[in-house]
Amino acid sequence: MNKILSFIVLMFVGIFSIAQNKPDAGLIIPKGFTAVKLVEGYGKVRHIAITKQGNIYVKLNKLYQGKGILYFKKDATQKYVLSNSFGNYKGTGIYIKDNYLYTSSDEEVFRYQLNDKGEVINSNAPEKIITGLPNKGEHESKSIVLDNNGNIYVNVGAYSNSCQEKDREKGSMGMKPCPILEEAGGIWQFKASGNNQTEESGTHYATGLRNVVGLDWNTQTNSLFVMQHGRDQLHDIFPDLYDTKQSAELPSECMYELHKGTNCGWPYIYYDHQVNKKIVAPEYGGDGKKSTDEYQNPSIAFPGHLAPNGLLFYTGNKFPSKYNNGAFIAFHGSWNRAPLPQEGYYIAFVPFVNGKPTGQWEVFANGFAGATKTPHGAAHRPCGLAQDAEGALYVTDDTNGAIFKIVYTGK
Amino acid sequence: MKIPIIILAITCFTIAFAQTKTKPVTQTDTYKRGKGVYTKVCLSCHMEDGGGVPRLNPPLIKTTYVSGDKKKLISIVLNGMTDRIPIDDEYYSNNMASHKDLSDQQIADVLTYIRNSFGNKASIVTIAEVKAVRAIR
Repeated sequence: MNKILSFIVLMFVGIFSIAQNKPDAGLIIPKGFTAVKLVEGYGKVRHIAITKQGNIYVKLNKLYQGKGILYFKKDATQKYVLSNSFGNYKGTGIYIKDNYLYTSSDEEVFRYQLNDKGEVINSNAPEKIITGLPNKGEHESKSIVLDNNGNIYVNVGAYSNSCQEKDREKGSMGMKPCPILEEAGGIWQFKASGNNQTEESGTHYATGLRNVVGLDWNTQTNSLFVMQHGRDQLHDIFPDLYDTKQSAELPSECMYELHKGTNCGWPYIYYDHQVNKKIVAPEYGGDGKKSTDEYQNPSIAFPGHLAPNGLLFYTGNKFPSKYNNGAFIAFHGSWNRAPLPQEGYYIAFVPFVNGKPTGQWEVFANGFAGATKTPHGAAHRPCGLAQDAEGALYVTDDTNGAIFKIVYTGK
Repeated sequence: MKIPIIILAITCFTIAFAQTKTKPVTQTDTYKRGKGVYTKVCLSCHMEDGGGVPRLNPPLIKTTYVSGDKKKLISIVLNGMTDRIPIDDEYYSNNMASHKDLSDQQIADVLTYIRNSFGNKASIVTIAEVKAVRAIR
């Protein structure tokens, strides 16, 4: 009896001390990995870029003390401290390529030259490389990535859920053709060294994408991969065609490989991972079953509404070999999966072999939300991903402004 | 003679007490029906606890949009909302659709529900108030 009692007491002490010490900064990660929280409390920290020296730039979606870009630098004890802040605009995109830091507001893209320490030379005078991108207050973030040929790719999200005549209204049908696609709902390509480029002077690279936040250049396939945020509210808008459970699981969140001219089909279709088909959207005459062969197939599809905000192909060699060239995806976490529990709020991993996903994805890092997995109850919501020269993985959180670092120790 | 006076006194007291102590709003039929409308129509965006979704769908907690001017609130339900207005210094990007297909009764019920849920405490919304706003063109 005494043994049982002391076991129970020990168990509680154990649980209590785990809760107190929070190994791995509260994250649940595979064996052999270790996580630490580098900084916290900087608000809406969106995407992230790491310099060769291992210091960190992040883009904020809400100004922190009047600034939209923060620079965290390692001090003598390897602790990250806020060392510089600049840029009076909010936004999401940030990327480093060939001694330039590229950043985006919700309408423009800038670049700042870096010195040989990886630090911005003149934070007050960036070059404005792209301007005049549409921002109508919905899907307004402009994520950016560069290829190895001097081009920059920018997402211009569609300012609509499903291109209905009346956005999100029950029974309202889709506009034919969807006029939004002329200036949004796609990816535009520009010259990284250009000046005041506009959609007209750039290249309309890919279309039929509702909204992309996470995107990355795959150096193995030499092509652009994006994660689309699928449409919302199939049940709310077409209650006769979809029950609440179908609406919670559908449509799939899709990864697409893009080339010039790719059309992914929004708003005319959505993808259903349960039947592996492109389904005609109800706004365009679909009944929940009617499918089509038109438009690009996804590289891989995930359950609905997980909200992929970050995509990173792992090019390091410090993780076990199955991670080499695979994709990490930061799922911000769902809001519209009622009556099912909310999902996401984790980092997923998709193994890639010869430039193709194997189809077997898994949750890599979980536990960001803490006890309450809801959009406003979550302690952290993963958003941006980056990798440093040492092969460590970094994750940002745009709820409580934290940055996590995940390394492989083998222990 | 004394006993009837006591009985009369007790009776009067009981009647008076029953009249001053009205049923709490949360136990009324309108509130209960309102919860049903909320679950069916509003919950998917504004969430079960009225907390909304940061950056996308505004919360229904501690905001004058909910507990303030009833006409404005009724009008948002009837006409939807596409303006990008900061609420407590936050912007919300999703458009709200019009819900004019709800009946006056359903709108009165659901607004009474949200004005007295999630920590909110505000007056009830009547069918007549909804009718009056719907009549404005």
